Amino acid sequence: MAHDTAHAMHPPTATGLDTRKLAIWTFIGSECLFFATLISNYLVYKGQSLVGPLPHETSQCMLHGQMATCEPIFEIPLVTFGTAVLLFSSFFVVLALNGAQKGNRKQLIGWLSATVLCGLFFVGMQVYEFYHFFHKGLGYTTNLFGSSFYTLTGFHGTHVTLGVIWLATVLVLAIRGKLPPEKALNLEIAALYWHFVDVVWIVIFPVVYLMR
Amino acid sequence: MDAQVATHEHAHPGPALYLKVAVILFVMTALEVLAFEVSHRSGWPMHGLVQPLLNEILIILSAAKFALVAMFYMHLKQDSKIFSGLLVFPLIIAAVVILALLLLFAYLRAQHPGM
Amino acid sequence: MSTIAMGHAGTEAAPAEKKGLWSWITTVDHKRIGILYGVTAFLFFLIGGLEALLIRWQLGAPDKTFLSPEAYNQLFTMHGTTMIFLGVMPLSAMFFNYFIPLQIGARDVAFPRLNAYSYWVFLFGGLVLNASFLFNAAPDMGWFAYANLTSKQFSPGLNVDFWIIGLQILGIASLAAAVNFFVTIINLRAPGMKMMRMPMFVWMSLITQVLLLLAFPIITVALVLLMLDRNFGTHFFVPSGGGDPVLWQHLFWLFGHPEVYILILPAFGVVSEILPVFSRKPLFGYAAMVFSGCFIAFLGFGVWSHHMFSTGMGPMADTVFSLGTMLIAIPTGVKIFNWIGTVWGGSIQYKTPMYFALGFVAMFIIGGLSGVMHASPPADLQQTDSYFIVAHFHYVLFGGSIFALTAGAYYWFPKMTGRMLSESLGKVHFWLMFLGFNLTFAPMHILGLNGMPRRVYTYSAGMGFEFWNAIETAGSLVLGFSFLVFIWNILRSLKAGEVAPADPWHGATLEWSIPSPPQEWNFAVEPTVDGRDPLWEERRAKGGTLPEPERVSGAGIHLPSPSYWPIVTAFGTAMTLVGFLMHVTLWVILAGLAITMLGIFSWAFEPADH
Ligand code: HEM
Ligand SMILES: [Cu+2]
Repeated sequence: MAHDTAHAMHPPTATGLDTRKLAIWTFIGSECLFFATLISNYLVYKGQSLVGPLPHETSQCMLHGQMATCEPIFEIPLVTFGTAVLLFSSFFVVLALNGAQKGNRKQLIGWLSATVLCGLFFVGMQVYEFYHFFHKGLGYTTNLFGSSFYTLTGFHGTHVTLGVIWLATVLVLAIRGKLPPEKALNLEIAALYWHFVDVVWIVIFPVVYLMR
Repeated sequence: MDAQVATHEHAHPGPALYLKVAVILFVMTALEVLAFEVSHRSGWPMHGLVQPLLNEILIILSAAKFALVAMFYMHLKQDSKIFSGLLVFPLIIAAVVILALLLLFAYLRAQHPGM
Repeated sequence: MSTIAMGHAGTEAAPAEKKGLWSWITTVDHKRIGILYGVTAFLFFLIGGLEALLIRWQLGAPDKTFLSPEAYNQLFTMHGTTMIFLGVMPLSAMFFNYFIPLQIGARDVAFPRLNAYSYWVFLFGGLVLNASFLFNAAPDMGWFAYANLTSKQFSPGLNVDFWIIGLQILGIASLAAAVNFFVTIINLRAPGMKMMRMPMFVWMSLITQVLLLLAFPIITVALVLLMLDRNFGTHFFVPSGGGDPVLWQHLFWLFGHPEVYILILPAFGVVSEILPVFSRKPLFGYAAMVFSGCFIAFLGFGVWSHHMFSTGMGPMADTVFSLGTMLIAIPTGVKIFNWIGTVWGGSIQYKTPMYFALGFVAMFIIGGLSGVMHASPPADLQQTDSYFIVAHFHYVLFGGSIFALTAGAYYWFPKMTGRMLSESLGKVHFWLMFLGFNLTFAPMHILGLNGMPRRVYTYSAGMGFEFWNAIETAGSLVLGFSFLVFIWNILRSLKAGEVAPADPWHGATLEWSIPSPPQEWNFAVEPTVDGRDPLWEERRAKGGTLPEPERVSGAGIHLPSPSYWPIVTAFGTAMTLVGFLMHVTLWVILAGLAITMLGIFSWAFEPADH
């Protein structure tokens, strides 16, 4: 990708740090507050829903227009699997980066493809989960739990999706041979964003799915 | 942060280390789920110990996982301290915000039950 | 200050002079973008001022029917929103754009095209917000949009939606700009300009960017939640569904309090540049200034609930937030003492920028003092929602930010245009503004303490409010007139003003070492810095006078080429968000997203240099 900097000759920066890398870190810092606010919203309303369904308890809820008893919404095995896949994708992308830096194209393309697939899987898992929860009676506006849960995880999912698009773009570059070692930074920056999306999930998973 | 302390990008640690981290992350995730399961089944071993401490256990494990990814996969361990600052400072503010809101609402609801 | 050659002296031709509308649309030059910000923000500022005059006219006498209550609500809401997001913030952005690169000795900002993108998004955001007038649906619930006034039930029209979408667009502009300036300051400083040698304006700008980066995501989420409540049936702030309107207040002020520092810190920076230059003394207590700025920013995230004492948070929370608020007065006081210390014993040059800067110090002290008064919950319960609060924030925002930004305008106008502003008109402007400002806002303290509530469209005769309200309205006319003098001064100078030398004020910082206005590449040779006041040091070394820098041909200097992708991408961004204005207008959203994507990809793969 073209370098959007004022300095055509790239003189050394005042800190010696790459300008674009500094920018992505700055952006990541900012995003921390974005997710902190969404998480606050989820936690403040935890246990405040007026009707079911609820995360971990059976409850009274409206199902097909009449009061019914709803099962707990969360099913840990599936989301645990999705969590593991996302974690491993972080592992894969560092391997891809390692390959890019060494000029090992096979390592780069192989692991980067794996990363993209993991990302796609995670998004698919989430879509399935939403669909499934919906059929268990948790609509977007059913109660505060539903609204705050879908909003938080939905925004995370959007970030994952953007990350997949970004990594896929880099993958295309790599396949076309446009990611030589001196341009590995293009992948490093995308990878930093990807890891960030992953650590956000590292927080969301226990806080939303497991905590009491 | 002064000028021209060019932080030479160290050679990044290799795949072996990354694999170790991945395994630890995986184990910790398994522990999280395990703690959850134990705390929800009264017959299971250590139920009495884990059940009241579930949230604390989860917070510690999740913070450790967070730190591992940030340090090794995001390379904060050997990269410039500026990057670490750019993550840690916002995290502090974020933690303060979340905690303060939880406390404020808990306090409010304790004062006005039924709200 | 010594200099080293940068760029290779080549045989290439000098970059052609760029002219015409297209050159402005595609510009990526931080100086031109700065001017765009300045002109746009000033126009919005005038609109906001007009709204204020209408409000004042309505309140000039009791029981007036000049404005309907509905119109009044729209006007005070749009006035506040406009002044904060379309006036003061982008006026500060003008100075960030123009002077951060110049003061740190850089060719441009770190990401010139992102910079252009920020400007265009800002422009579109401002237009969307004001387009609400065309639909007779201007926001009407106050600039902090308290929940339940904003619910679909109580505000079924598009008023709130315009506000949400407008602010959301503006937020994107602010965030993109904040990343850019932060990176610019950290990474693009000239050799030798250590952090603790940066001009104070750059320091305060840096802290402002940090606040923007951390505060804007919070309001982004809050606005999303509000939009979901209104258009998608959630109940985050709706009690009937278990939601809590107070959460809106928390989220808003979590952003809102840092926001007031976003509005004032650049002003602190401007004044900290001007006072030393016109006192012929270095800034007093440089390090203390830096640290108090950082401290203010940090504490600024822990005091938001002082806007919410009247919600009844309980004695514990009241105490904590009250103490925190009073604590902020300490670093603020440190700054004021440092400004006074800077001027103290200096050989003061009574030029217009100095008038405004001194006016700032005096007015800001008054605003700070009333702030400390309502830091105390029992006092605040009397003062809140009364004209006393209106007095407080106008003393800090108008007496503070606007006085300082005006000082900056007089100070830097010669550098930006190559023309001097008239000193005599400048002083007329100052005295009219000073007089008009105090006539308008000082009596609000009295009215507020006497119980006049804010945001009520009229008052009855016989309540004792008539006299001061009449004075205030008269004062506001004087204030409005003072800006006509300012505009006249600017237009006159642009046409026939005295030609400005490179360094009309004997400045201390790098921007004064290059011709006025600067050439496109700013510095023909990259400066090297070895002190806090590089130009003063050089002046001393050379025995008092510096030769006028020559305009050079610029041959061989590479500059980023112009691009229209920033405006395209900005248009796509704004369009996507506008798609959410009325529930969901899918084709608008999809088209907006497609344009944004097209813009981003073309931009990313467009060669930045020719
Ligand atoms: C010593 C410093 C300051 C203190 C202790 C202080 C304290 C306060 C308090 C307690 C309030 C809430 C009053 C109420 O609504 O009942 C308030 C309101 C406000 N302050 Fe300050 N303040 C200070 C400086 C500033 C500065 C520097 C600015 C902006 C440049 C500012 C802008 C505002 C605004 C805009 C409001 C009113 C918001 C609204 O209700 O619409 N303040 N201040
Ligand atoms: Cu405040």
